[in-house]
Amino acid sequence: MSALRDLCGLPETLIAHTMIARILELISSEPYRSLLYLVGICAFVAANAAYLVWVERKGAGRFQRRPGPDEAGPWGLLQPPADGIKLLSKQLLVPPGADAILFRAAPLMVMAPPLVCLAVIPFGDFVLARNVNIGLLMVFSFGSINVMALMLGGWASRNKYAIISAARVVSQNVAYEIPMLLVVITLLMVTGTMNLQEIIVQQAGGFWNWNILRGIWDFSGGGWGHIGGNLLAPVTFLIFYICMLAETNRAPFDMAEAESELVAGAFTEYGGMGFGVFFMAEYANIVVGCSLATLLFLGGWQSPVGIVPASWGLFGTLLGVGFFLAKMYFLVFSVVWIRWTFPRTQFYGLLNLSWKILIPVSLFTLLLTSVLLKLPRLF
Amino acid sequence: MNLVTETISGFWTLITGLRITIKEFFKPTITVHYPRQTLTMPKRYRGHIELKWNEETGRANCTACGICAKACPSACIVLDGLKPEGEKKKTVTDYQLNYTLCSLCKLCIEACPFDAIQHSGRYNLASVPNPWNDMDLVQRYKDQVTRVGKTPFVPEKPAAAAPAADQNAQP
Repeated sequence: MSALRDLCGLPETLIAHTMIARILELISSEPYRSLLYLVGICAFVAANAAYLVWVERKGAGRFQRRPGPDEAGPWGLLQPPADGIKLLSKQLLVPPGADAILFRAAPLMVMAPPLVCLAVIPFGDFVLARNVNIGLLMVFSFGSINVMALMLGGWASRNKYAIISAARVVSQNVAYEIPMLLVVITLLMVTGTMNLQEIIVQQAGGFWNWNILRGIWDFSGGGWGHIGGNLLAPVTFLIFYICMLAETNRAPFDMAEAESELVAGAFTEYGGMGFGVFFMAEYANIVVGCSLATLLFLGGWQSPVGIVPASWGLFGTLLGVGFFLAKMYFLVFSVVWIRWTFPRTQFYGLLNLSWKILIPVSLFTLLLTSVLLKLPRLF
Repeated sequence: MNLVTETISGFWTLITGLRITIKEFFKPTITVHYPRQTLTMPKRYRGHIELKWNEETGRANCTACGICAKACPSACIVLDGLKPEGEKKKTVTDYQLNYTLCSLCKLCIEACPFDAIQHSGRYNLASVPNPWNDMDLVQRYKDQVTRVGKTPFVPEKPAAAAPAADQNAQP
């Protein structure tokens, strides 16, 4: 309890009798805390999924010098609820001959993993649902369910476009999982922990200490390539980012939903909210992917300049959450930016990029990092 | 080595593309919000024809000579005129345009010796029921003149003189 008072940063005499203290006490006790995070994460995912659709459409408009959705509410802000109501009012059809159970389960399976992943993603220095020691592993293991869900959705639809899309999704995700995990292993060798909160704490001090730059110059006295050991850290970030685009089936790697070739790919037979859930899950997955990129490479909730003093208490935490969200949403914006800049790659181009460029480069960075980490011990 | 340079230069082209799109992102939008905003048509736009009129007097230039109707290859103009009391020239009293037949060839405008007709700038023509096969251009002239605060001049047909006017006006 006293720890909580310290976190709030208020004088003890003031906090002892205030309403805020009692509320904070209540929500930090166990059943309420879990419930709060459950509701909070569901709300966060739902709000993001709905409003990133709006951001995407608005962004697409601006990139093409159109205003984007403009009619429903101010700046089209009521567009997502309007779309949701329209989708909810539609009948859910299961095509004859389709595998009804898998067909219905696929949208749920694609939506559930991002919800689970957010449970271990730290938003602030104590805004974290569960501090799991193998948080990184958990995010990746649940993240790959996404692939299976798309594959099942495509396979259960009994539709030739859907099944082609399912095959593409599997080969694409297998190809991109390898460089992504190699890059993450490179990072893990440097951090030495899978606890996401600890990974962030290691990056404290300023943007030069973030993992994206730490390998190049260690400002804590190590010099060139000392502690990070990874001279190619910006390149590994780039590989991670490209793989994240491919894993979330975003343009220019949206082979799963190549609308000019495959109608709507794995989603062809889905209508109403079944399709809507797939659509929202795409954005939820982007949020998880961008959060992961932020906390692995861009210092999570750490301030870009210096350290937020602990005496700032609750305000400092909120500032940290703000930094995290700012970095994360910048990455989300860059995802939208990329989608409306580049045309879709062809499938062999996609696989060539992974097998001929990304995997060799990530293997090279892995070797380089392991050599550089052992090198200081020789001298 | 070739692969490395290709990869790096290829990556640079991607950066160039991103730079171009982000520049467009911050430029103002160029959308015309159609039902609420409309474009003004350029002068050479060919809408349906309309009667021209004198800016000062508010009188139509048309003398109902019927040359436009003769010039029209689609026979979509039917007009009628009347000589007002104490004047030498006739004035148009009835100008029917079947716009559904019109191909906007401009032959009527070029044939007109009095510079009495022109293309209008109208383009919002989708409507149900279809009024365009029997457009009353005299009514349009009246409306236009009234809108600028002048009185349109269309001579009333005397009941007895009507058959004679019909004979003269037929193309």
